[in-house]
Amino acid sequence: MGRRHGAQVQGYKAMTISLKNDAIETFSQELERVAGHHIADCYQCGKCSAGCPVTSFMDLMPHEVARYCQLGMRDEVLRCRTIWVCASCETCSTRCPKEFDIAGLMDTLREISVREGKVAVTARDVVRFHKAFLDMTKQFGRLYELGLVGDYKTRSLHLLQDASLGPKMFFKGKLGLFPHRVKNARAVKRIFENVEKLTGKSP
Amino acid sequence: MKVGYYPGCSLQGSAIEFDISVRKMCAMLEIELVELDDWCCCGASAAHNMNHLLGVALPARNLALAEQQGFESVLAPCAACSHRLITANHEIAESAELRELTQQAIEMEYSGSVRVFNLPELLLEYGLDEIKSRVTHTLEELKVASYYGCLLVRPPKVLEFDDHEDPQSLDKIVATLGAAALDWSYKVECCGGGFTMSRADIVTKLVHDILENAELAGANAIAVSCPMCHSNLDMRRNAVNSTYGTDFSMPVYYVSQLVAIALGASPKEVAVEKHFVEAQSLVS
Repeated sequence: MGRRHGAQVQGYKAMTISLKNDAIETFSQELERVAGHHIADCYQCGKCSAGCPVTSFMDLMPHEVARYCQLGMRDEVLRCRTIWVCASCETCSTRCPKEFDIAGLMDTLREISVREGKVAVTARDVVRFHKAFLDMTKQFGRLYELGLVGDYKTRSLHLLQDASLGPKMFFKGKLGLFPHRVKNARAVKRIFENVEKLTGKSP
Repeated sequence: MKVGYYPGCSLQGSAIEFDISVRKMCAMLEIELVELDDWCCCGASAAHNMNHLLGVALPARNLALAEQQGFESVLAPCAACSHRLITANHEIAESAELRELTQQAIEMEYSGSVRVFNLPELLLEYGLDEIKSRVTHTLEELKVASYYGCLLVRPPKVLEFDDHEDPQSLDKIVATLGAAALDWSYKVECCGGGFTMSRADIVTKLVHDILENAELAGANAIAVSCPMCHSNLDMRRNAVNSTYGTDFSMPVYYVSQLVAIALGASPKEVAVEKHFVEAQSLVS
């Protein structure tokens, strides 16, 4: 499993800037505006990367993700594999000497990445899984595990994945055939609809 | 002691042993559990990964329901659920703007009065001396590596529970039951959590490292308080052993199962036979 140590920058790479209300906004400013991240806090000590359990699966190291954000390399960050390999274990945020919430930054980057259709090819199964999970929750109010597996397999086409696990779980009484429903499932559906209205984004 | 009970979705299905054993354990300790009426999914990883407001709103609905139903305390045994509920509490308390948006999203009001407990915290609050006085069957055969995972202790500023690098709560409970509580290095190393389906390769590697370290420490059992950790360490065992050519066979127990058994319950009463890795012989 080869791992690139950061991207090789060929020559000078221009910073990505965008227009917001006719003002030029850097990626740093955008991150501060949308989620309150003060990316200038990071002084690249590397402690986050040192403690991260999944770096062997990443292209950018966590501290490199922070650096890319500081440098305005917006597109590269949104397309990287790293943000989808992050397991939200919170080790990074816990140990950061500047108390920067890097795990929270990963969440923000994931959200933008999905919204802009920039999810790394290797990470699409992760997004399919999250969407399948939320589909079930929206429909039934509680997670219908069998439905989740079916929905995920349909989206990912990994039809035979864990094929032996299902029957074993079922015979041990760990896999319900039918969903547990919330009585007021309508109320949960409304939460999804309200969130979409309030944030302008479909979860 | 009376607490609201929030089982969460996995305790009704893949982690049914956790639900069965928590209820049995609480009955034996005379802790009255009253299930929250009409609770919904907390959103787990999916919600906070895909939309920040959704990740707060779903748990907030449950907190609002608990408040409405008159609960001051709620037990959420699943570490992901307790993490989401406590984080929602925290974020709503810190931001009036977020609180307002959340209340609009859930169409309910919530004043922030509900306290959420994870399972080890509840047991410590209940009192280890009291638990010890009720132990009828000490677990001397067990050399336990207490595995906390991520979501019981991180981030410390939000959860304010135990130590985040070398926690002791599960170890103290295990020692109270007469078992050996081992010191080991992988107490809070991530198991891969919700990646169990979408990135099984990551889970396999992380779980291998945890099991290896537990074995090196001399453990013959692992204690957990999280359904994802249990699922990854137990149901994924064959995948780990076949990928790495290892032979890890140590059973993984929910802490509630160990407590109930030490109090006199039979392993069957706490669903030990439902585990994938054989776990009955060590506690019979």
